[in-house]
Amino acid sequence: MFDKTAKKIVLTVQDYSLFSYRAAQNLFKPPIYWPEFLVQSDVIGFGSASIVLLSGFFTGGVLALQSAATLSEFGATAMTGRFVSLTMIRELGPVLTGIMVSGRNASSMASELGSMVVTEQIDAMRALGVDPMRKLVTPRVCSCVAMLFFLTILANAFGILGGGAVTVLMNHQDANQYFSTAWEALRYPDIIQGLVKPLFSGFIIASIGCFYGMRTTGGTEGVGRSTISAVVTASVLIIFVDFLVTQVMLATFSK
Amino acid sequence: MNLTADHATHGTAPAAGAEPVVAFSHVSISFFGPPVLDDVSFTVAPGETRILLGPAGVGKSVLLKLANGLLRPDEGSIRLFGQEISHMKDEKLFPLRARVGMVFQESALFDSLTVRDNVAYQLIGERVPDDVIDARVREALTFVGLADTFGFFPGSLSGGMRRRVAIARALIHGPELVLYDSPTGGLDPITSTTIIELIMKQRDVSRTPSILVTHRLQDAFTLSTHRYDVEKGGMVPLPEGQTDPGTTFMMMESGRLIFDGSVHDLVHSEDPFVKEFLE
Repeated sequence: MFDKTAKKIVLTVQDYSLFSYRAAQNLFKPPIYWPEFLVQSDVIGFGSASIVLLSGFFTGGVLALQSAATLSEFGATAMTGRFVSLTMIRELGPVLTGIMVSGRNASSMASELGSMVVTEQIDAMRALGVDPMRKLVTPRVCSCVAMLFFLTILANAFGILGGGAVTVLMNHQDANQYFSTAWEALRYPDIIQGLVKPLFSGFIIASIGCFYGMRTTGGTEGVGRSTISAVVTASVLIIFVDFLVTQVMLATFSK
Repeated sequence: MNLTADHATHGTAPAAGAEPVVAFSHVSISFFGPPVLDDVSFTVAPGETRILLGPAGVGKSVLLKLANGLLRPDEGSIRLFGQEISHMKDEKLFPLRARVGMVFQESALFDSLTVRDNVAYQLIGERVPDDVIDARVREALTFVGLADTFGFFPGSLSGGMRRRVAIARALIHGPELVLYDSPTGGLDPITSTTIIELIMKQRDVSRTPSILVTHRLQDAFTLSTHRYDVEKGGMVPLPEGQTDPGTTFMMMESGRLIFDGSVHDLVHSEDPFVKEFLE
């Protein structure tokens, strides 16, 4: 039983590695389906903007509320801006955006491709001489990486704004003080850390979503299973990789 | 029509001695269990229509997917257009597959694309100008009698119409081989006859070699005993006792090819399974 499960996990990791390699490799050999990149960028980027923007805004707000309560015990409520901006840019912005986009897009990719597999549309595409990896997977992966980068910037900006709104409107503090401490606290390593993470998250979301979609079996029930596996695996991997990247970044920039 | 009458032929027989379009040699495949195909060997000659009979679940669709490299065999060799494809890389297979038309069991139309974009899928990929695409799609849809469905989505079509659109998609590129996977499965008799007439039209007008998978004997015998009359615009029966020489039969049972021959050989076969199937 243990043997079987271990073998299954190793084989899945091997298949996923090969799948990801092929998706990335297709970028360097024609044909490249550029219109698909634009369509997917619109679906992932523009389509996810509202949920990312709202979740970023309210997370920033909550951060301001919680931190102000704690900081006031030390008479340091003036540091709220610093706390919110650092937390949003280094950690919460990238992770939250990843999780939100994963819930929306990894699921849609897995269910869309899974449905295509069970209705033989993927086989039909291959029979018509078109490589589904090139046509469906590579554009999704690349668009997701690019769009997650910008969505994270959006989430960070709206998180700081949300924190500012709470600080000014609910905690009745000075806006200038909030934004100046938020700005002054930031260093380049913080920004680099915050902008490297979405590149990994974007790759994880699209590659996991497409991977589970393309290996769907068992009809419509199988599509449901693939969708759940995609969202769960992508979300856990985003947090795990975030931990690894943070470790590497802290080690790199502390030298 | 009396198929047990003295065997005679009508039409053009496949070119003797020409290199086969498809050649299976001792092909076996299994999926985590007993073999789905076991030591299967056969060929499809240029201009030949091979009808693959057998009950559901004997490996007919798997055989068809092996023929254009959608699946790879565990053992044996498969040659398509003279090239060994059993271990060929996908990249090299795509241009070969583009020369093969395939009609799937459930049509497999892209449901997010219109009928026009479905039929023109290969042409769009080849960046053919839009006006040329429109003209060729209209021509292909007229061939299958669905010219007015140009802008429809597959979801708004009936099962028979979807099947005909799938045939148009398979034929628009002028394939050198057509693979039909149960094209009349689940359809009413009138629609089935329309589909068989289309397949016959492609066989007799373009002489395209094909493999047709079916479990409907009636469709198989209609293809063997009728020809497409271009002037009349429909199928007509061949004279009594005559059959199309380019249309031959194979039968499968539990992954094994148990019969390969003409319709005459089929109806005179002493194999108990064949006899039972025909009855």
